[in-house]
This record gives sequence, C-alpha cells and structure tokens, in this order.
Amino acid sequence: MTALASLPLLVRVLRSPDVAGELSLDQWDLLLRQAGAANLLVSLLFLLDDAGLIDTVPDAPRVHLEWARLAAANHARGVRYEVARIRAALSKLDVPLILLKGGAYAMAELDAGRGRLFSDIDILVPKPRLGEVEAALMLHGWASTHHDPYDQRYYRQWMHEIPPMVHVRRGNAIDVHHAILPETAASRPDPEKLRAAAVAIPGQDGLWMLSPHDMFLHSTVHLFSGGEFEHGLRDLLDLHRLMRRFDAEPALWAGLAPRAVELELERPLYYALRYTSRLLGSRIPPATLAAAERGRPPAPLLALMDALFMRALLPPHPSCSGRLQGAALFALYIRGNWLRMPPLLLARHLFHKALLSPRAAERA
Amino acid sequence: MLTVSSLTPTQLRARLRGPGLDFQTGPFINRLHSNIPHLADGLAVLYGEYPLHESGGFANFHLDLSQPGGLRRWWRPQVRFDQDGQHPFKPLPVAQAQPFCEWMMNWCVSNRAHGYLIVHAAVIEKNGRAIILPAPPGSGKSTLCAALVCRGWRLLSDELALVRHADGMLVPLPRPVSLKNRSIDVIRAFSPDAVFGAIVHGTMKGTVGLMRAPADSIRRAAQVATSHAIVFPQWEADAPAMLEPLSRGQMFMRVADNSFNYTLIGAQGFETLAALAQRSAGYTFRYSKLEQAMEVFDALVGNPP
Repeated sequence: MTALASLPLLVRVLRSPDVAGELSLDQWDLLLRQAGAANLLVSLLFLLDDAGLIDTVPDAPRVHLEWARLAAANHARGVRYEVARIRAALSKLDVPLILLKGGAYAMAELDAGRGRLFSDIDILVPKPRLGEVEAALMLHGWASTHHDPYDQRYYRQWMHEIPPMVHVRRGNAIDVHHAILPETAASRPDPEKLRAAAVAIPGQDGLWMLSPHDMFLHSTVHLFSGGEFEHGLRDLLDLHRLMRRFDAEPALWAGLAPRAVELELERPLYYALRYTSRLLGSRIPPATLAAAERGRPPAPLLALMDALFMRALLPPHPSCSGRLQGAALFALYIRGNWLRMPPLLLARHLFHKALLSPRAAERA
Repeated sequence: MLTVSSLTPTQLRARLRGPGLDFQTGPFINRLHSNIPHLADGLAVLYGEYPLHESGGFANFHLDLSQPGGLRRWWRPQVRFDQDGQHPFKPLPVAQAQPFCEWMMNWCVSNRAHGYLIVHAAVIEKNGRAIILPAPPGSGKSTLCAALVCRGWRLLSDELALVRHADGMLVPLPRPVSLKNRSIDVIRAFSPDAVFGAIVHGTMKGTVGLMRAPADSIRRAAQVATSHAIVFPQWEADAPAMLEPLSRGQMFMRVADNSFNYTLIGAQGFETLAALAQRSAGYTFRYSKLEQAMEVFDALVGNPP
C-alpha cells in the first residue's frame, strides 16, 4: 500500500525494529531526533530492548538512549504517585475511579504503557457526581485552571470534561471526564455503557479501566476526532499495541466492530484500522477489516482524509514535513473543532475566542 | 585532532549556515547552525581550541540560533532558538546571540544528560583535587571560578558539574566562564591576560561577558577528577576570607537543592550524590577579596602529591 522507502526512518523502525540493526551513525542521529520530536524516545528504547537489539546500538546513540531510560523511570514513579494521591482524595466518595488512556495503560502495566510519556491523568466519573469529585479534589489541593467565565461555561455546558485541574504544590494536571466526546458532538457514545463494561485493574485495589474494546475505541476517538496531532504518531502506536491484546482471544477481534456500532464510533474505528496498518503494518484479521467497512467514508472524503492523516501522523520533525504538512495540520485542526460542535455554536465559539476573550484577558 | 580554529572565518560561517558546526564540549558533540555573522566570530574567539568533528555523524545536541527572515530582519532583529523545529524559548534581540547560545547549550545538557547527576556549580581542580562550587546566582561563584582559573587551576566547568553515576567521578565540561556586570571588570583587573568575547549589555542577567576557557583545560577535558571538597561561596563586602566546615548531611541537602536532575533520576541520584558526599569535605566560604580567596583555596588542596 505505502512505499516503505518513502516512510520516515522512525516509522520504518517502529514497523520492523530489525531496520535499526543496519543504521549508520548519521541515520541514528536522525532516528533519535525524530523519536524525540514524536515523544517516542523511550518507546524506541524499549522496542530495541524487546527486539534484543539494544546491544547492537553504537555507543554514542546508546548513551543518549540510556539517558532517556532514567527519565522514563522517573515518569513511571510520578504516575504511580499521582494516581495514589487521586485515589486517596476520592476514597470517601464511593465513586469507582476509572482511569483513561496513559494512566490506565501505566497502572495496568499494558504494553501500550511501557515508556509512554504523558502529562495529564484522565479519569471518568458519572456526570451527576462531578460536583462531589471536583470538591474532593479541591479539598486535596487541585485547583481549576480556567478562570474566564466563558471558558468555564464552555467546558461545563458543552464539553465532556470539566476544566483541567492542576495540583497547587505538585503542578500535575488531572482531567475529569464524564464522557469521551463533547455534549455538542454529533456522535455521543453513551458513558453509561462504558462504565458498565469497565474492568478492575488487576492488583490495584479501587482502580478501574475501560474494557479492552472500549479502551481501544476511546483511543481512536481521541486521535481521529481531535484536532491536535502533536502526539499523533505516539497515539497511533498506542492503537497498534492495544490491538495486540485482541490476539489473545479471537472473540475479542470479533466483538470490536459490533461494539463500535453500539457506541456510534464506526468512523474512527475505520480510520484506526486503516492508518495503523498503512503506517505501522499492524496485523488485523480480514473479518474485522470487513466488519469495519461500514465506517468507511465516501470515496472523495476518504481520499482527502488519506492526504491529511498520512501527513499529520508522521513525526513532527522538519525531516518528515513535506510542503503540505502545515496545511494538513491546519485542516485537521478546523475539522477537530467542526466535529465538536454544530456549525452555529462553533461560529459563536470561534467569534468569542478570537474577539472577546483577548479583551477580557486585557481587562483582567 | 582538528580543532575549530583550523577553519578559516569563511569556512566557519559556511559550516554554520550549511551542514552545521560539529564541535565537542566535554563528553558531548554539539551540532550548531546559525546565520548570524557575529555569533560565528564569537565562536572563533571562544571555541577555537575545541575538537572539531566531520559534519554528518551523530551529535548529542542540535542547536539552531538564527535570525528569522521577513520584517524582523530590519525591525528589532532577533535571534531564535530552534531545536528540531521546536521553539521552547522566546526569541531575544540578535545582539544577545552569544550568551543565548551558551544558555541553550547548558539547557540541552541539564535537560537531557541524565547519565550524570548534574549540579548547578563551578568545578576547578589543582594537584589532582577538584573543588565543587555550587551556588545560586549572585553568590560570586563564577567570579571566584574565573579568578582561580586565571591563576592556573584547571577549569572543569563554570556552570554544570557532571557527576558520573558509576563511580561519582567528576566529568569535565570546560566552557567559557560567564561573568556578569561588575565581575567582568573585577576579573579584567585581576588578570589582564584573560580573553573575553564581546561584552553584551541588557540581557535578562544584566551585562554578560564570556571569558575563554584555558587551552590546557580544554585539552584535558577527557581526564575525570576526584572531588576533594564542596565549597558554598558567598561574596560579602569587607568579609575576611573564611572557610567554615559544613556537616555532611547539610552538604548533601544543599548539593541536592542545587541539582537539576537529582529528583528526576531517583534512587540513582541518591546513590551518586552519596558517593560524592562520602569523599568530599564540605565548607561554606565567605570572602570579599580575590587575593585572599586564592590563598585559602591553595591551602585547601595542599601541595602536589
């Protein structure tokens, strides 16, 4: 499908780590810079570890990779600590604490979490309990970040999360979600269904995560319905790795597309399967691909999305950006907002952000 | 080994504008790009003795300090730091390119090189005994460091002490000594032979002058050193030069406070710092006159072994 040689070096190594066995020093230089830009330096290190190639890495890049190993251990420690603080803050509420994305991958020790660097902890709670959760977090030192009344309303009335909260002493952020897509989006996966299917994280008392299907689908929504692609390749690699969990049981593969239908997420599922296999060479059973076809967009739209995603999902490094990279990212940014809100509301929102918010900031 | 001084000014500028200037500082290879002529001239003065590498191999740090095109070329021209397409810092007036370059080289090290415990400190050595001078800005650390180096001490670093995890040895990173405001004239008076790059006024740290590192210190950049003492300097008007012992525990905590990555590297940081503290005596040091300070430091390392 895609000419291998035209893919960036980092993508080729992620597809088949053996490529790293034959690199010259200047290629190592480029590989590490692309990985750094994509926030995948540690993932690359662990990939080389797992492939048994780490000892074949020449000294200079090896030293550089080992520096990253020390920073990654710190990140993993930080995540465990932060999650423990959040659990303690919410312990009296009798609300099941469901971790989303990176926090869940890390605490459940999934492959997708190994060496994955991220900044916020995301949690999912029932909408009627948001007030209590927010109050409990405030009592334990987290404070809301967006003080502009418009921003507060934007989040609380229209979004699927309350304004991000930051701990006043540690500076770490938590995003409290009650759904995985905005209230104003066209498709609205029912959070009740997600919570009902959630599973306990083994060995972690009181911590929950989404079911394997829902975790995968949430990751597809996050990547393909959002407007920011700074971590596009990292998130695509998450999908690639989360899929490997379905290999354990054929029933998991068989249930993926039906679950996407149930949650109104056929379109992002289609994109996820298409671009993981195109860029990362993910192995997907033909029956799953066939079942996901119902999410396929009409041909002209698909051609456009191919042009956009195949650019936006590359490492954000100058060596990977062609002439149209900027245009593709801008188009996807607009699309991300378009998917969030109906047109009139979006127009009103953009008008406010462009003209009224800067004035309010000046007055403050 | 070839050094940066083997390039003619034209060749140096061509490298900076083209494939990049690959030069080595301590254990690191930097690849620097720039289109700013006065930065090239400053590098020729300050970095002439550093090992030069062929373009296009592996480099630890990639820095681009260039003047963006467009309107900014003429209206309040700026220098922008670009690292692989990212701009983590705001641009500065183009006149500040040289100090900006130094700050960014420091930032690259302290942000990435976690194979070392990195302490915000100067390190100098004499008779095989190294002394670490950790200190916040304003304590007179760089002035003291510059004075000692002008009197024949080996410079390991003015800004970043690198402590190797495996054995707690100090790895040299000799680079220009950054002097600020009145310290520049103090050192010029103290040692008229000291070579400075252009003096830059109006930076966020005031006036900055970069003093070239001694050629001998640069040549010996691969020779690690053993820490003998950790001294926390504090310049104080009219104070007689005086060392006061510091308990090992206090010394440990104060070094940790001055470290960039002590908490980041976790248990490894504790072990490395413990190994360092074990073999170092700790002192606080108040001084007002550099000549007196020289005597105290010479006495601290004793005679050649």
